[in-house]
Amino acid sequence: MENSLVERNAFYQVLTRRMRALILIVSFLPMILTTSILFYRFNHAYTQKIQGHISELLQKHSDNIDTFLSEKSGNIKYLAQLFNRGQMAPDIFLQKHLALLKSEYGDVFTDIGIVNEKGIQFSYEGPFKLENADYSNAEWFLKAKDKPFYISDVFTGLRGHPHFIIAVKIKTNGSDYILRSTINFGAFNSLVGNIHIGKTGFAFIIDTNGQLQTKRADGFKQPIIKSMVDRHQNRNSQTTFTKEQDVSGNKYIVVTSMLKNIDWVMVFQQDLNDAFHDLRKTQHLTIVIFILGCIAILSVTFVLPRNIVKLISISDQKSEAMNKQVVESGKLATIGELASGIAHEINNPVAIMVEEAGWIEDLLEEEDLKECKNLDEFKRSLRQINTQGKRCKEITHKLLSFARKTDSTINDLQINDSVTEIVSLTAQMARYNNVIIQTILQDDIPYIRISPSELQQVILNLINNAIDAMEKSGGTIVIQTKTSRIEENHVVLSIEDDGPGIPKENLDRIFDPFFTTKKVGKGTGLGLSICYGIIQKMGGEIEVYSHVGVGTKFRIWIPFQENILIDESSHSVES
Amino acid sequence: MDHINLLLVDDEKAFLDTLTKRLEKRGVTVTAVYSGKDSLEELETKKSIEVVILDVKMPQMDGIQTLIEIKKRFPLVEVIMLTGHATVETAIDGMKLGAFDYLMKPCDIDLLLSKALNAADKKKIHEEKIMEARIKEITGRRV
Repeated sequence: MENSLVERNAFYQVLTRRMRALILIVSFLPMILTTSILFYRFNHAYTQKIQGHISELLQKHSDNIDTFLSEKSGNIKYLAQLFNRGQMAPDIFLQKHLALLKSEYGDVFTDIGIVNEKGIQFSYEGPFKLENADYSNAEWFLKAKDKPFYISDVFTGLRGHPHFIIAVKIKTNGSDYILRSTINFGAFNSLVGNIHIGKTGFAFIIDTNGQLQTKRADGFKQPIIKSMVDRHQNRNSQTTFTKEQDVSGNKYIVVTSMLKNIDWVMVFQQDLNDAFHDLRKTQHLTIVIFILGCIAILSVTFVLPRNIVKLISISDQKSEAMNKQVVESGKLATIGELASGIAHEINNPVAIMVEEAGWIEDLLEEEDLKECKNLDEFKRSLRQINTQGKRCKEITHKLLSFARKTDSTINDLQINDSVTEIVSLTAQMARYNNVIIQTILQDDIPYIRISPSELQQVILNLINNAIDAMEKSGGTIVIQTKTSRIEENHVVLSIEDDGPGIPKENLDRIFDPFFTTKKVGKGTGLGLSICYGIIQKMGGEIEVYSHVGVGTKFRIWIPFQENILIDESSHSVES
Repeated sequence: MDHINLLLVDDEKAFLDTLTKRLEKRGVTVTAVYSGKDSLEELETKKSIEVVILDVKMPQMDGIQTLIEIKKRFPLVEVIMLTGHATVETAIDGMKLGAFDYLMKPCDIDLLLSKALNAADKKKIHEEKIMEARIKEITGRRV
């Protein structure tokens, strides 16, 4: 028993584990696959989109800057041509055209001047006093000297402000001049500075040496410039997109685009987290949902199989209890068979003993023994033997009764007698429960050939059930016997109560073995099924009618044989 | 007491012998045999036997088989079944098969005797009726 319990528990554990594993696999695998595929795909698509968007923006701005630069240099080139042809004095020429440019383009051109071969600016028009400034050593001058056209990097120069210069060479007979114009750094800067995306996205321009050509913005990262420069040594005019990491571990994206007119690189930089803010948000949401899902699955995985196994174990226990009952009744049956065998075997010797005693009794009647002085003693002794023989008979009889659970010795009887007997037996109990038992018995009811104790068992069971049903409220039980008018050669016994009735869903099952609505330990659920079995064995029928709140009525039909008459039965029945 | 001719059939020799002596003492002509097969032979030779007292539980040919055979071959002989408790149903089966009555062991000798007499009476009435019928038949034929 102990052993089987351990085995059973082990089996339940295995069952629980298997169910858990199955649930885990079936729910986790698709979820993980789906989530990761979607996660990856969405990530990819979104990254592409962001990259495309930024690249395009940058491309457009670089185009703008290119246009700006080519337009401005075009202006200066035109002025150079004009100056070359015209006979106007340089000062007047510059004054007139700067005014024109300013009226046309606003504050883009800061000043304008003409520098001779030696780097001396002999003519100047603008807010600064730079007449006769010496540019001979200025970087831009050295570079511009050899080219027909030059746009300088941004530098501070003589005036102490960051600016850059557009210089155009003017070739006259013999001597070369350079027409130079300063572009307002602020105006140029606004072209680039307008690019702002998110909180940390901004753009700037660097030259090939890595020198910043626009205003320094917040969050500007010096180290990236180097790599930008390296990357653009090969003058790749394509927009490129990279992800970088600075020393402190912050990741950010860098988009670069080469300008066409000048060796400048336009750089857009944004924190990775900022650029992909929406994506990150979605990712976080996804991860949160995923984790919640996992938790839900895990809890279900642990709770559900445990509950199911608990239910299974309960039902197992129930069925085991049933099995036990069945085994128990089987055991009783076996004991019964044994007992009946023994009873039968004992019966024969007892019969012989009684017979022998009777024989001696017969012999004592003979004349020659009449005078024996102990005659009375002999007779007394023989009577005693006879009495004890009958006692043995009683004992074997009882043993047989036990063996069959009920004595199925068949007798002819009037059902009314059984009813009366049981009613008197249960009267006390009925009184305690405020139940009144009424009997309506047909007087000339036919005899039935049946086991009296079995019939009594049936009646007792039904009355007890009725009393139990009306335990709280009390009520009336009507017991009626009559000859059936529906079935030929049958007597009907009906037991009707006005108790709470039997719910419809239970009505089909009340004759099932082990079905009971009584509390555990109160009823075995065998009473009605035994009744059913007995009635079936008698060749009769039992039916139940019940309405909730109205009452319950059991009707039993028992067949009788017409040829059993009262006088015949009186001499054929000897118990 | 009317004279009757009984045949007792039981495998329990001790029981049967005593019962025989007691019945003989009461003026009954008793033949005792210890098996169903012997009883049939006995019935074959002694036509005077009126009532058979037959134990239900016997080895080889049991009471029911013997009863069937007796009723087949000697329909007018009445049979009373003798049984212990456990075989009441068998006794009832026997009555369905034409046994006159049944008795439970151990039985009261007077009861046994009265039943045997009843059975013998019944047999006599049957025989008389048959006789009458035959006479009627014969006389009817003559007329």
